[in-house]
Amino acid sequence: MQNLWLIPALPFIGFLINGILGRKLSKAVVSAIAVLSVVLSFGLVVSVGLSSGWGEHPIHQHYFTWIRSGGVDIGWDFMVDKLTMIMLMVVTGIGSLIHIYATGYMAHEEGYYRFFAYLNLFMFFMLNLVLGANYLLLFVGWEGVGLCSYLLIGFYFVKKSATTAGNKAFIVNRIGDFGFSLAMFLIFITFGSLDFGKVLSAAPGKPVEVLTAIALLMLLGATGKSAQIPLYVWLPDAMEGPTPVSALIHAATMVTAGVYMCSRSAAIFLKAPIAMETVAIVGLATAVFAATIGLTQYDIKKVFAYSTVSQLGYMFLGVGVGAFSAGIWHLMTHAFFKALLFMGAGSVIHACGGEQDMRKMGGLKKYTPWTCGVLACASLAIAGVPGTSGFFSKDAILTAAYGHAPWMFWVGVVTAGMTAFYVWRAFWMTFWGEYRGGDAGHSHDHGHAHTHGHDDHAHAHNHSHDHDHDHGHSHSHDDHGHDHHGTPHESPWSMLAPLVVLAFLSLAGGFLFNVPKFLESMFPLHEEVPNEEMLMGVSIFAGLIGIALSYFMYVANKELPGKIRKALGGIYTLVYNKYFVDEFYDATVVRPIIEGSTEVLWHGLDQGVIDGAVNGAGTGSRSIGGVLKHLQSGNIRSYATWVVVGAVILLITVGMNGGLIR
Amino acid sequence: MDPQVLMQTLGKGVPTSWYLALSAVLFTIGVAGFILRRNIITVFMCIELMLNAVNLSFIAFAHEHRQVSGHLFTFFVMVVAAAEAAVGLAIILTVFKNRSTLNIDEIDSLKN
Repeated sequence: MQNLWLIPALPFIGFLINGILGRKLSKAVVSAIAVLSVVLSFGLVVSVGLSSGWGEHPIHQHYFTWIRSGGVDIGWDFMVDKLTMIMLMVVTGIGSLIHIYATGYMAHEEGYYRFFAYLNLFMFFMLNLVLGANYLLLFVGWEGVGLCSYLLIGFYFVKKSATTAGNKAFIVNRIGDFGFSLAMFLIFITFGSLDFGKVLSAAPGKPVEVLTAIALLMLLGATGKSAQIPLYVWLPDAMEGPTPVSALIHAATMVTAGVYMCSRSAAIFLKAPIAMETVAIVGLATAVFAATIGLTQYDIKKVFAYSTVSQLGYMFLGVGVGAFSAGIWHLMTHAFFKALLFMGAGSVIHACGGEQDMRKMGGLKKYTPWTCGVLACASLAIAGVPGTSGFFSKDAILTAAYGHAPWMFWVGVVTAGMTAFYVWRAFWMTFWGEYRGGDAGHSHDHGHAHTHGHDDHAHAHNHSHDHDHDHGHSHSHDDHGHDHHGTPHESPWSMLAPLVVLAFLSLAGGFLFNVPKFLESMFPLHEEVPNEEMLMGVSIFAGLIGIALSYFMYVANKELPGKIRKALGGIYTLVYNKYFVDEFYDATVVRPIIEGSTEVLWHGLDQGVIDGAVNGAGTGSRSIGGVLKHLQSGNIRSYATWVVVGAVILLITVGMNGGLIR
Repeated sequence: MDPQVLMQTLGKGVPTSWYLALSAVLFTIGVAGFILRRNIITVFMCIELMLNAVNLSFIAFAHEHRQVSGHLFTFFVMVVAAAEAAVGLAIILTVFKNRSTLNIDEIDSLKN
């Protein structure tokens, strides 16, 4: 009997230890606790997998009744089936690698223990999300990962842009969560329960309109968490967080929660064709839209952020055309290569001393050969080069899309070409050519703590013992030239080892894990599509063209991008500025809310009506008192007169009413 | 009322209404004095007068109804009046010591 609750509990214990005692612990102890808790959790997942035939025999465990009120009966139940198993493996597996990576990446940062405490807390909530056996538990995890996302985006809280980005992520997600909450209410009203088992088995018998409403509200929730149109705007800004966070939360795990939720609710979605169509269109539109923006960005993390949005769009396309297993497959392979891309980008940024602008990089393959190699693997995978993991999953989605509606396939193929182009553009700009950074180490605004010398570090630590320890620790990294930004340098092994593992998975993941076959019992395989080889050929061709074009433009003929930019003129400006979506939201949503709040709610309602009522009551009583105070003359005789007058009036009244009432 | 009838009436004892009339007159004198006089001692005496006017009506009714509760009330009133006199006179003495006046209109520092 495996105790499923231990899987999320271990990172939670890590969070408690690091969160409460972390300040007093040395960095080595903090990272040991953080990494061990997640690795142990991964080990538990594996042992659960082995004992349950990797979800072949679903496990359902009830721990206690959480809420019982009237008809509401919600238990704290965990369950593991094949879908959960995949999510658990991805979350704990990638999570472990990123934790190890972060010990190297964050070695010089202030708030080291705080970072790992948040990261462990994130793991706890994420595991809760995937293990929960009812919608409410899923929602607990859903909100919890949102909280951790907010905390980690705003990790560099002295930077105004970071805290703003954190707020943006949190607020935009509120809109989606509102939809998800409504979906849960509707589910409860319709099914009388929130348990996956009861709801999903009863779903086919319910009216289509209700199921469509539920599915669309869930989709709204998913667009928030998984950064789809119209709520994707928070994800690119979320790159303000440390790079391991971008890799773990904003690429590999949390943002895929929406895909997981839709797949989990497949029984509802399958009965609501309109909702399915909406999911597919939203996904496809997001994929194209974000890919075009990705073509023009110069910030390496922004490129990958838009790429993430675009790839999530692919997953939704898969879900929307009914190929749930293809969507989950892409979720998994995307977790491999996108986590790798982000961590590789982190390694590059680390190498360049915090620089994120690709125009100030270049020629790094000479200085950071390992990073260059693993990033090449990831870029091959995301471009869908045959044999890599991304090829299999992307092809599965595109084929299913063709079976659903051929135009979706063609749009998807164009997007695939653009994806290959912008990822390889980033690759060439970073690793090929000449190093354009110069003394890059002194002219950047990101990762402020990276640039802190040892003196700054000494100030940050109150305990001389810890300080000494940290000092020694830092010195070991000095061998890598971390604090001397003269030339770029390769990252330490704690950072490279996870990259190598992920590079292997990015390349071989498609062969190793055949997700659609694995999930066949849950999501029947799609019917065969005619001309499958031709479709495969087209998508491969699109990817190769993208790579070739990027090589042509950024390595062979470097004048070309400038000319194209000039030729496109206004369109380029539009795309470069991300279609001015942020400005559009600012003008249509944010400003009206702020101004409406200021004018109507603040000046009108709050100051006018509410303050008016309160102050009116005050001034009213004052003015009445001003009249009445003349009664209190201090003259006893006048008081006595009032008493007498009162007594007389009383007597007369009583007399006129015919005496006292008996 | 002719003398014949008067003598007959008084032969049976003084009627209750006479006591009540006297009580009302005394009470009214007390009220008038309380309101009109300025000397605090006089005002104080007027209060005593009102209390005793009420006592008189209590006794009159007690006699009329052959009940002792009126007597009991009267005793209570007398006890309270005695206590009040003791406290009140002490206050008056202190006020006079501090202010050198017994004019009730000048002792108004509690107003506003």
